[in-house]
Amino acid sequence: MDTSLFLVQLLNGVQYGLLLFLIASGLTLVFGVMGILNLAHGSMYMIGAYLAYYFTTLTDSFLLAFIISGTIALVIGIIIERCLIIHLYKRDHLDQVLLTVGLIFVFNATQSFVWGNDPLGVEVPEILSGSIKLTDIVEYPVYRLFISLLCLVVAATMYFTINKTRLGMMIRAGESDRAMVENLGVDISKLFTIVFAIGVFLASLAGIVSAPIVSLVPGMGEHVLISCFVVVVIGGLGSIKGAFVAALIVGIADTYASVLLPQISSMSIYLLMALILLVKPQGLFKN
Amino acid sequence: MNNKKKIFQSVLPATIAACMISMSTGSIAADSNPIKVGVMLPFSGVYAGLGESTRNGLKQALKEKGYTIAGRPVELIEMDTEAKPARAPEITSSLVDNQKADFVIGPVHSGVAMGMIKTIKGKDSIMIIPNAGANAATGAFCQPNVFRTSFSSWQTAFPMGKEAYDMGYKKIVTMSWNYGFGKESLEAFNESFTKAGGEVIKQMLVPFPKTEFQSYLTEIASINPDAVFVFFAGGGAVKFVKDYDAMGLKGKIPLLGSGFLTEGTTTAQGPAAEGVITTLHYADALDIPKNKSFRQDYEALYGKPADLFAVQGYDAGQLIVDAVTATNGNTADKAALIQQMGQLEIDSPRGAFHFSKSHNPIQTIYLRKVVDGQNTVVKTSYAGLEDPARGCKL
Repeated sequence: MDTSLFLVQLLNGVQYGLLLFLIASGLTLVFGVMGILNLAHGSMYMIGAYLAYYFTTLTDSFLLAFIISGTIALVIGIIIERCLIIHLYKRDHLDQVLLTVGLIFVFNATQSFVWGNDPLGVEVPEILSGSIKLTDIVEYPVYRLFISLLCLVVAATMYFTINKTRLGMMIRAGESDRAMVENLGVDISKLFTIVFAIGVFLASLAGIVSAPIVSLVPGMGEHVLISCFVVVVIGGLGSIKGAFVAALIVGIADTYASVLLPQISSMSIYLLMALILLVKPQGLFKN
Repeated sequence: MNNKKKIFQSVLPATIAACMISMSTGSIAADSNPIKVGVMLPFSGVYAGLGESTRNGLKQALKEKGYTIAGRPVELIEMDTEAKPARAPEITSSLVDNQKADFVIGPVHSGVAMGMIKTIKGKDSIMIIPNAGANAATGAFCQPNVFRTSFSSWQTAFPMGKEAYDMGYKKIVTMSWNYGFGKESLEAFNESFTKAGGEVIKQMLVPFPKTEFQSYLTEIASINPDAVFVFFAGGGAVKFVKDYDAMGLKGKIPLLGSGFLTEGTTTAQGPAAEGVITTLHYADALDIPKNKSFRQDYEALYGKPADLFAVQGYDAGQLIVDAVTATNGNTADKAALIQQMGQLEIDSPRGAFHFSKSHNPIQTIYLRKVVDGQNTVVKTSYAGLEDPARGCKL
């Protein structure tokens, strides 16, 4: 592998890693603040992608579809938290698993009922549909670079919000001592609703922006969920910074393994996870 | 109490009479018991769309006969396999041993097929596979009571090897998911391509069901072969064809595939699929009267266009109809029924076919090209192609 090819593969890895971060960030955020492990997180990714398909077909504009789908995702998040998750805060993790696995079935059935079982696709929006020549032989799709940029913006926004704003302060406080935050007069239930809705929104956002480069099929959320878990576990459950670093590591490792070690590429990221957990049982950034 | 007694008194003689009639006529004409057909398809999960099409096709064939063959009604018993191989033996056993099904139609997924074959082996039911293409189903694991109305993986890829060489491609990269169907397709392609004089310079196997193809596509670009031959199906096929185009490869390195690359996926693939060349035993646009009437009826019945899987399900239905008609409604003598099935010529929308000794269709493979989002037939690639049925002793 010559240097230029090595670098293009690095770009592939970073690009994949950033997308993984976008999907996993909501999962780890919700767990970190609320202690809720939302197994239906992958389903929200799927719903985001299908909504993007639906509204792109309806309005003929990916941008409009993007805005409408994102808004719907936020509303879905609020409804789920207010109606369902709210009953879980005083219960153990097993009940969370029951409820959120149930939600997976509900969303899968809804998807199958509304959109059918045939694979669907969304066209890449016109202005982002070209490719950039990277080397003599390799071109790179502009849309993929756009996704990477968007993921970086989301990561920066999350970093800024959590570290520099009042909401972020409450989120950080909620992570370390929920009871104390409540006693200080913060409306914790409102905070939880906001955080959960953001979590759902992030998963859907990943689905929406992925829609033009993936195929929309039943069960697409479950495949994503597994990679998500690997990222979250490597990064340390609940740590956003950890998820960011872990996503990049997983993305790059997976890319090089598929080229250099094709025989073990299917288990490469799990092997990596096992190794990291051997050294750091709590993940890279468990606070 | 009194009422019950009355009913019993009036029902009993009628029942006895009915029994006597059926006993006396049973020896002369065929019985009027329903023909039991078990249906084992995925109605949920990733393959649900395929299961639905197959069932639609099957029902269309039965509906044409008013669900009655040689005076006997047809009873369908539907079971959802969820495309899970682990469930196959249990469901098959319940259909074969408990329900005493005459026929079992299924499955879509090759892993499920293997579980079914093991269970149905030596039993008094006939299995008809309407999709699953694993070579072994009519190869090393072939059984007298197992028929297939679809294809073997080998059949769908073998003709493309020679076609590719004739198109002038000498060095080719092949790629598929690392699972049975994919590997068998690549092997069959390799077999005929190498024999013609070409060389497969690299074979790439992607872990199933991974669809992150960027790193592989980058490598293909750097190798820069004459052409690329791939096997992908369903959602993976959609993503691969789009990614291949987005990386700017389509204009430079022609993309060839087993027909599943563009089967039921061209709408989702959009313009990226234009010009992709594949081989398969069917094409939507096939210009055969039977295909046209089949597609018209299908659309009228179900309100959407027919696909390959509907054709294969339809032919499974036709196989039952024709065979039971030929035995005059007798399904008790399975050996006679099997012999009939082996001799039949099925008037399929894909063109007529009959069965090989191993019970796989001897059928025509078409060379197809995607034009305006539809698989159009370029030419007949191989007429009457028979699977070599390696390891089959029938």
